[in-house]
Amino acid sequence: MKLSEVKEILKATVLVGDDRLVMQVNNAAASDLMSDLLSNYQEGSLLLTGMTNVQVIHTSLIAGITAIVFVRGKEPSSEVIALAEEHGIPILKSSFNMFSSCGMLFSSGLKNIR
Amino acid sequence: MKKEYEIKARDFVRAGKAAIGVQNILKSIGFEQDIIRRVSICAYESEMNVVMHGADGSLLLGVENKEIVLEVRDSGEGIEDIELALKEGYSTASEEHRDMGFGAGMGLPNMKKHSNVFEISSQKGNGTYLRMVFWVNGNRE
Repeated sequence: MKLSEVKEILKATVLVGDDRLVMQVNNAAASDLMSDLLSNYQEGSLLLTGMTNVQVIHTSLIAGITAIVFVRGKEPSSEVIALAEEHGIPILKSSFNMFSSCGMLFSSGLKNIR
Repeated sequence: MKKEYEIKARDFVRAGKAAIGVQNILKSIGFEQDIIRRVSICAYESEMNVVMHGADGSLLLGVENKEIVLEVRDSGEGIEDIELALKEGYSTASEEHRDMGFGAGMGLPNMKKHSNVFEISSQKGNGTYLRMVFWVNGNRE
């Protein structure tokens, strides 16, 4: 699924990577627990999370996550935005909660990693 | 080659920089993606452990022909019961750590899962030493 579709489905705002919405995500993971994301590799995944600290960006880099959606309308700090820009990780923000966001993406064809 | 990174206890903003450094070095050498991801995950989890539980510490990356080695030390509080600490879900993390998405009791189990050799030694009050080996060709020759 393209990031532009994710944006449309979740009525999301693009915080980082407006020029990279053609990027494909193969699958998705949803978690606020960083170690859960690190227990399996998430190659090419979209991450849905309610966590907005710098560790989300670091975890994404280590775990192979290619783009992030912050759910529940959570606003990251400028530090987090700058770090995502530095590493080329697109960030979207949706006001839907985690459950609804996952449900909408899943029913549109985006599946979990395995 | 060897590369050492200092890890500062409680520096949550920098936490992860050593692991990202390790990942970049392994990428630039041209290792296969599978081993890069396994080493990076272990470097990151161990770095977070030092930041959360340790006093200051260090992470040493060693790259040889047939193996990659990570050695992580800290001078922190140490682990009283290592067997218990290796159980998935067991954690002594604080509310602060959990608020950041860590402290789910998955760190050490993740490291054990992703490394080929996993050694840990620790004593209450005497810090922790971790050594993880990753075989470059999948199986040890």
